[in-house]
Amino acid sequence: MEFFLISLLNGVTYGLLLFMLSSGLTLIFSMMGILNFAHASFYMLGAYFAYQISAYVGFWPALIVAPLTVGVIGALVERYGLRRAHHYGHVAELLFTFGLAFLIEEIVHLIWGKAAVDYRVPGSLEGTLFTLFSTSFPIYKGFMMLVSVGMLLALYGLLTRTRIGLIIQAALSRPDMVEALGHNVPRIFMLVFGGGAALAGLAGVIGGNAFVTEPGMAAAVGSIVFVVVVVGGLGSLAGAFVASLLIGIIQTFAVAIDFSVTDMAAALGIDLAGGSNLARLSISQLAPVLPYLLMVAILIFRPRGLMGARES
Amino acid sequence: MSVKTAVRLAFAAGALIVAGSAAAQVKIAYIDPLSGPFANVGEAGLKHFQSIIDKINASGGVLGGQKLEVVGFDNKSSPQESLIAFKAVTDQGIRYITQGNGSSVAHALVDAVNKHNARNPDKTVLYLNYAAVDPDLTNVKCSFWHFRFDANSDMKMEAITNYMVKDKSIKKVYIIGQDYAHGHQVAKAAKAMLAAKRPDIQVVGDDLHPIGRVKDFAPYVAKIKASGADTVITGNWGNDLSLLIKAAKDAGLKANFYTYYGGGLGTPTAMGEAGADRVRQLTEWHMNLSPNKTEQYALDFKKKHNLDFYYLRVNNAMLMLARAINDAKSADPKKVAYALEDMRFEADTGEVWMRKSDHQLMQPLYISTFTKVDGKTVKHDIEGTGYGFKTNAMISSRDSQLPTSCVMERP
Repeated sequence: MEFFLISLLNGVTYGLLLFMLSSGLTLIFSMMGILNFAHASFYMLGAYFAYQISAYVGFWPALIVAPLTVGVIGALVERYGLRRAHHYGHVAELLFTFGLAFLIEEIVHLIWGKAAVDYRVPGSLEGTLFTLFSTSFPIYKGFMMLVSVGMLLALYGLLTRTRIGLIIQAALSRPDMVEALGHNVPRIFMLVFGGGAALAGLAGVIGGNAFVTEPGMAAAVGSIVFVVVVVGGLGSLAGAFVASLLIGIIQTFAVAIDFSVTDMAAALGIDLAGGSNLARLSISQLAPVLPYLLMVAILIFRPRGLMGARES
Repeated sequence: MSVKTAVRLAFAAGALIVAGSAAAQVKIAYIDPLSGPFANVGEAGLKHFQSIIDKINASGGVLGGQKLEVVGFDNKSSPQESLIAFKAVTDQGIRYITQGNGSSVAHALVDAVNKHNARNPDKTVLYLNYAAVDPDLTNVKCSFWHFRFDANSDMKMEAITNYMVKDKSIKKVYIIGQDYAHGHQVAKAAKAMLAAKRPDIQVVGDDLHPIGRVKDFAPYVAKIKASGADTVITGNWGNDLSLLIKAAKDAGLKANFYTYYGGGLGTPTAMGEAGADRVRQLTEWHMNLSPNKTEQYALDFKKKHNLDFYYLRVNNAMLMLARAINDAKSADPKKVAYALEDMRFEADTGEVWMRKSDHQLMQPLYISTFTKVDGKTVKHDIEGTGYGFKTNAMISSRDSQLPTSCVMERP
C-alpha cells in the first residue's frame, strides 16, 4: 500500500513536470503549426538563468525573472529568425529550430562550461511536506505540483476567458480575418512563441534544481517532450496534460515490476530457462522504452493522438 | 626565383621540420570524449594530464631533455570514433595513447593496438589505460601493449566487500547500476563476493537502469525502500549517481551508499548535503588523506584550472612512463613496456606495483565518506560544497589483489 501510494505520487509529480515542459510546445504548435525542436533548449536556458539570477537575488525573484527573460529571447527568436524562415516553408522552420537547439547548447557551454552548475533548491523549500507511512514527501515536489497545476489553470483561463485569448484562438483558425479586423497577427504569433518559451523556461527553473542543471539536460528531455505532445494530440493542451500524467505514472510503475517473459512463462508452467536474454528482460528494464512504445502505438491506431483536433 | 632555389628552400624547410621534431617530443595521444554528454569528464582528464606533464617537463623531461606532450583526440565516447582517432594517431606517428572513459572503448582500442603492432613491429604503440575498469582487460583480453593504472572493477569490489564484512550492522544490500557492461560487472562481483564473505547478508534487490537517461530516481528509491535495504552498492557515475542520491534523500531513505565514483567530477556538487555521511567512495586518493603528499600539487591544480584534482592515477601513469623511458634509455614503446612491467614505484600514497603477469597496477585504495568540513580530519571541501571526504579505511595493495587468468604474449 505504501509502495503503491508513493509510486502514484511520484508518477503524478513526474507527469506534472512533463506537462509544464510540453505545454509550451503544444501551444506553439497549435497556434503556429511549428514543431519547435529548440523547445527543450528553452527549458535548459530557464534553469541556467534561474541559477545565475538566484546567485545574486535569490530563488523567488528568479522564479519570475528567469522565465520572462527566456520568453523575451523566444520572442526575439520568432521576430528575427523564425519569421524570416517562415517564408521558405515548414522545412526551413524545422531546420531553423533544429539548428537553434545546437546553438543554444554551445552558448551554454561557452558561458557556463561543460560541467554541472550548483543550482540548489532554496532553503525555505527544503524539508518534508508530509510523511506517508515511513516515506517522506519533499516540500519541493509539492511546490512543483502546485506550480504546474497553477500554470494549467492560468493558461486555460487566459485562452478561454480573456480577450487576448480569444484573439489568439481566432488567429489560429482564421488569421486573415483577424488581420482584417485590425489585429497584428505576426505580433500575436510572436507573443505566443515567447509565451511558449517562457513556459519551458519556468519548467527549467523548477526542474533545474530538482534534478541537475547541466548542458546535456535539454537533450535528455527533448525526445520525451515530443512523445507527450504526440500521444496527447498535437496542439491539444488537455491532451498534453492527460498524456503527461499517463506517461509519468506508467513509467513510475513499470520500474517497480520485476517481471519478465521468462517469469510469465514459468507462471504458466512453461520452462524457458534456456531462453534468450530478450525474454529475460524485466519490465523495469523496459520502463524507459514504454513511452516510445506508447507513441508508436498511438501513431498506428489513433494518429491524431488522445485529444488531438486534427489528423496531422 | 629559379626552380633550383625553390628546391633548396623546400629542402631547408624540410630540414627545419625534421630538426624541430628531433629536439622534442614524446607525444601521448589522449583519446577520450571532448564533446557530447561526457565532455566535462573528458576535458577534466585532459587537464590532469597536461598538469603533470608540465611538471615533468619543468624538471627536465625525459632522456636528458626531451619533453612530453599530450595531444587531445575527441572520441565522442564511441568505440568507432576512437578507432578513427587511433588511425589519426598512428598517421601522425604518435607512439603512446591513453584513454579511460568506457571499457567498450578500451576493448576496441586494445584490439586496434594489437593489430597495429603486429603489422608494424617497427612502429609499435603503447596503450596506457587510466580508468577503464573492465576486469577482462587484464584477464582474458590482456595484452602486452596495455597497462592499467586504475584498480579494476573486481578489485574495487573486493576492497569494498572486505570493508563491509566488518560492519555487522549490514543485513540487507541492494545493488543498483547502469545497464551496460560496467553495471553488470559490478552487480555480478558484488553478489559473488558477498555470498562468499558474508553469507548472512541478504541481497534484497538487483536493479539495472538505462545509462544517462533517468531524470527522476524516485521510483527506484521507492523500490529500494520497499525492499528494506540498509546498504546500497552502486557503480553509477556522473548524474546517474547524483540523482540517485538526491532522490534517496528526498524520500528519507536511511541507507548507506557504497560507490565507485562518489567524489567524481560534478557529482559532489549535484548531491550537496544530500550525500552527507551517507555516501562512501573507493578511490586511490582523496584530498583529506593524512599524510597527503599531493596536497600542494592539488591546491595548485585547483587554483590554475578551477577544478578539483581527482585522478592521482594520471600522475602515477605519467611519472611511471617517464621513469620507464629513462630506464629503457629509449622512447621506443616496446623497450618502455618491458621497463614498465614489474616496476615498483614510490607514489604519493606509498609503493605501487605494475604486476608483470597482467599489467595491472597494484596500489593502496581508500574508503572514505562524504562529510561536512570540520577543519581537522576533513580539512578541504570538494567543489566548494562545504563537504569533503574523510578516510574510513585504507586497503593495502595486497588486500585488493586478485589472481589473473592472463596469458601474456610477449614480442
